[in-house]
Order: sequence, then C-alpha cells, then structure tokens
Amino acid sequence: MIRIFWAELHKDLLLAYRRKGDLLNPLLFFVMVVTLFPLGVSPAADFLSELAPGVLWVSALLAALLSLDNLFKADFEDGTLEQLMLSSESTYMIALAKALAHWLTTGLPLTIIAPLLAVMLFLPTQAIPTLVLSLLIGTPALSLIGAIASALTVGLKKGGVLISLLVIPLYIPVLIFGASAVQGATQNLPVTAYLAILGAILALSLVLAPFAIAASLRVSVSN
Amino acid sequence: MKTAKQPILPKWFYQLASPKWCYQITGMLLPLFASLAIALLITGFVWALLFAPQDYQQGNSFRIIYIHVPSAILAQSIYITMALSGAIGIIWKIKVADMVAYTCAPIGASMAFLALITGAVWGKPTWGSWWVWDARLTSMLILLFLYFGVMALYSAMEKPETAARSTAILSLVGLVNIPIIKYSVDWWNTLHQPATFTLTEKPAMPIEMWLPLLVMVVGFYCFFATAMIMRLRNEILTREKRTAWVKKLVTEIDR
Repeated sequence: MIRIFWAELHKDLLLAYRRKGDLLNPLLFFVMVVTLFPLGVSPAADFLSELAPGVLWVSALLAALLSLDNLFKADFEDGTLEQLMLSSESTYMIALAKALAHWLTTGLPLTIIAPLLAVMLFLPTQAIPTLVLSLLIGTPALSLIGAIASALTVGLKKGGVLISLLVIPLYIPVLIFGASAVQGATQNLPVTAYLAILGAILALSLVLAPFAIAASLRVSVSN
Repeated sequence: MKTAKQPILPKWFYQLASPKWCYQITGMLLPLFASLAIALLITGFVWALLFAPQDYQQGNSFRIIYIHVPSAILAQSIYITMALSGAIGIIWKIKVADMVAYTCAPIGASMAFLALITGAVWGKPTWGSWWVWDARLTSMLILLFLYFGVMALYSAMEKPETAARSTAILSLVGLVNIPIIKYSVDWWNTLHQPATFTLTEKPAMPIEMWLPLLVMVVGFYCFFATAMIMRLRNEILTREKRTAWVKKLVTEIDR
C-alpha cells in the first residue's frame, strides 16, 4: 500500500519535472493576477497593504484551481488511469499520491513565492510568516478538495469552467480562514485559532477526500 | 452454517426501488400532498398576511418572513434529501433514488433563490440595503452555488447513470462541507438574527406570529413533495420509456 503511494508520487513528480513549462504556469499565473490588483484598483501603499491578505489568498486559490484541469487528464487519455483502477492496488493511496504530487508542483511553489509578492503588495512584515504558514497548511487542502472535482470531470470534453463551478464553493472555508489569519497577523492579533481550524480542515480532507477522489475516478473510468 | 440472507431494509423500501411500483405509489400519494399543500399554503397566507399581529419595530414588512423562512429551511432540507438519495443510489444501485436526486436539484436551487430574493426585499426596509455580506445570506448564496455546481455537472454528462453517480459524490462532498461553510461564514461575519426555528427551544416569537409560520413551513414541505413527485413521475416515464409497462400505460391513455 505504501509502495504504490511512493511509486505513484515518484512517477507524477518525474513527469512534472520533465515538463518544466507546465510547472511554471501556475506560478506565472499567480504573479500576474497579483500584478493586476495594483493596476486595476490602486497602487497606494496603505491601501494595498490592507488588501494584500485577501488578494494573495484569492490569487493563490485561483492558481491552484487553474492547474486542476490537468491533474488526471494525461493519465486518463493514455489509459494509465484505467490500469491503475483495474489493478489490485489501493485506489485510496493512488488518489492521495496524486493530490500530494499536485500540491508539491503547485501549492508548495506558490507558498514559496508568496513572500515576494507580499512585499510587492506592502503586506506588513510581521504578517509574512503567517502568510507562509497559512498557505502551507491551506494549499494541500485545496489540492485535495480540488482533486475530487478534477476526478469527476476528467472524462468530459468541456472540463475547464465546470471544475471552477464545482470547486469554488468548496474552497470558501479555506479562503476565509487563510485570509483571516493573515489579516489578523497584520494587526498583531493572535492567529493560532485560524491556523488550527485550517489544520483541522486539512486533516479532514486528508482523510476523507481520497475516498471521494477514488470513487469519482472509478465513475469517470467506467464511463 | 449459512442461513439465507435476510433483507436489511423493510419491504416497501425495495418496492419503491422499482420504477413501476414507485410510479404507482407516488400516483396515489400525489393528490394527498397536492391537496395538503394547497390547503396549508392558502390557510398560511391568509393567516400570515391578514391576521398575524404586526411586528412592533418592523411593522408589516416583517410578514415576508412567512415566505423567507420556509424557503430557506426547504433549500437546506432539499440539499440533504438530494445528497442522501444520491448516496442510496450509489450504495444500493437504485435507479429511483438517482431520479429523486436529479429531480431535487432544480427545486432546491429555486428555493435557495427565493430565500435570497425575499431576504433582499426584506433587507431593504430593515437594514437599509438590498444586499449585506452577512453570514446567513452568504451561506445561502454558497448553497445556491453548490446547487448550480450539481446542476452543471448533470448537464455536462451524457449518460444518466454516470451523471447520477458523479453528482451523488459531489453532493455528498457538499453535504460534508455545508456545516463547515456555515460555521466559517458565521465566524467571518454576523448581522442576521439567530435561527427562527429550533426544535429544542421555546420560540422567541409570540405564538400568534409563530403558528402561521409553522403552517407555512409544513405547507412548503407539502409543496416540495408535490413538485418532486410530479417531476419524478415524469422522469420515470422518460427513462423507462422502453419498458413494456410504460408503453402499455401510454397507449392506454391514447385511446
């Protein structure tokens, strides 16, 4: 069971590494969307610093969302997914490995680059560790929840917009607690409660989401 | 020592699972629910609009509660109904349960929409604006989004069987999420009054205001049952159109 997890994770990371362009796209998207806000709203420093927690979290969420479309696509099209579902290996572990690989290739890079963008948006310095920490806890949950929708729509031709429709309502709690934590940190308020709830959401999705992903994959493959 | 496997569920459950039986049973139930819905809704409306006392602060404008609260309650109950019947459809592979889930989605979405619209109309005189980013309004809006997601997934899938299984998974995920969304939004912002109806506590409203509301809520439930049964019977006929009994039924009506 553990072996299939590592094998699947290794395969996905290797594939991602071989296509470095795809690896960069969500990051570039994140940077560009964040750039739009000073241009579209106002470049004033005090205004931006107030806006920064929300903008950074919403942009990170959208970047994670955008990359979901390709999560199972390649494996579905070349038949790998069908073989994985037919094999006697645990689909739970396969689903978990897929979601983890997605996080390592999108959520983690987003988290790493976020402090740079935070500086560009004049986020108060004391809030940056909280921003990184909240993204570090929140983005894996985004990957896990998003993978469910990705698995549901993998067999469909018009998956793109549909995924967003399915996923955005489910992402709202993560966004609320993530952005609130950063908002609290800018005002030097205690943030452990927010981070603890984010952690609880992550724990819940870590346990339950792979079941939903595996069930959805089985439906999509059997179609 | 193996004995014959006893069915876990009562007999009527399995009978309802057969589209033909279900069509006949719901045909008998339909007039009952329809007449109950008409009677209760008319009684409720007349009572609520003409005889219930005015609110001492909000005057007559509070009377919209008699539509707002039942539709909000229904929007939530219908989502639960949809998710649970979807789960029954997945677990026991029951076609009728899939159809129930399918018929629930648009009714639930319209109830959520009605709750939002009446909330907006009520908000204007009470809070001074059509829309407020208040916790309960927002979570109702998110519930509407969840309904839209389910409906979009239905329409994107071609085969009804896979559509039913996929949307059942999605609505179950949504069902797990609803309490999380509710509490997260509650924490985030609150302006709305606390729940009007709780099963365990004495209502805060005087009994003259509260009773017509109860009548309206029950009336709305009966209306939902009526609408759901009508859509379900249609759906059964469409999906089972190749079976002998549907052909016989349709040709008998023709003559």
